[in-house]
Amino acid sequence: MHRFANPARFLRLSSVILPWSAGLTVVLFIVGLYLSLFGSPPDYQQGETVRIMYIHVPAAWMSLFVYSNMAIAAAVGLVWKHPLADLFAKAAAPIGAGFTFLCLVTGSLWGAPMWGTWWVWDARLTSVLILFFLYLGYMALVNAFDDPERGVKAGNVLLLVGIVNVPIIKFSVDWWNTLHQPASVIKMGGPAIAGPMLWPLLTMAFAFTAYFVTVSLLRVKSEIVARKIQTLRMAEARG
Amino acid sequence: MAEFFAMGGYAAYVWPAYALGAVILVWLLVASLHGLRAREATLKALEGSRPARRRSRRDAAAPGPAAEMGEG
Repeated sequence: MHRFANPARFLRLSSVILPWSAGLTVVLFIVGLYLSLFGSPPDYQQGETVRIMYIHVPAAWMSLFVYSNMAIAAAVGLVWKHPLADLFAKAAAPIGAGFTFLCLVTGSLWGAPMWGTWWVWDARLTSVLILFFLYLGYMALVNAFDDPERGVKAGNVLLLVGIVNVPIIKFSVDWWNTLHQPASVIKMGGPAIAGPMLWPLLTMAFAFTAYFVTVSLLRVKSEIVARKIQTLRMAEARG
Repeated sequence: MAEFFAMGGYAAYVWPAYALGAVILVWLLVASLHGLRAREATLKALEGSRPARRRSRRDAAAPGPAAEMGEG
């Protein structure tokens, strides 16, 4: 992994990956949206509202996936002082926050007609709301210090403490009573969801992942440029 | 077509979900691209101003902080 610690090597690698991940994002979204809106049947119980699932569930998966990646990067950054790991966590946070917000709002839009309520303070919904606040707290914290190194360090500690929330979200539907349905795709014994609904869901999930790769590469690149600017300004200030 | 947009009477719930997804993803992409471009421009401007300073410093026999400040 240390081969990729070098920002110059990262920039070269990212310029190779970016056009492919961007193209893949577009293709996957076109196919995914077609399958979600035209190529899949309405649910026999939930009718057309089941189509909200193709946005809601990938957004929920991504909110956990991005956070887990940020927490791993935080550990790598704290232990090995890996400069790119710090930059990655900082770059990925707004994307993760966006996915979490999308998950919460689409969940409300789905809950209103199907559960008869926009919101309940149960374990699943509350723990995802806490995840959203963790993202916002991390973003506020890393930018709260004049010295970006200190901000990133404090943010990394927050990310590692907050990782405890990830298994709570995952298992909240099994551990506590809730209106939220339990897992139906990632579970023991294989997915309990019909093929015509599983395919749009998986395609949209891959589209979200490709989008995340693309935008996080752009943002890491932006953070590298910001570090260069900072180094130049400090050199100038010193004379 | 009208039937498709009606979403079985759930249009008010289905379409906002897709619209919000589009808004968030496009906005994040545009904001990230915009930030990258702005920072690249700043870096270019800073790098462009550096060689000139080095040269002027070399011309001045004794480069001191006062001389640097004068250049502003």
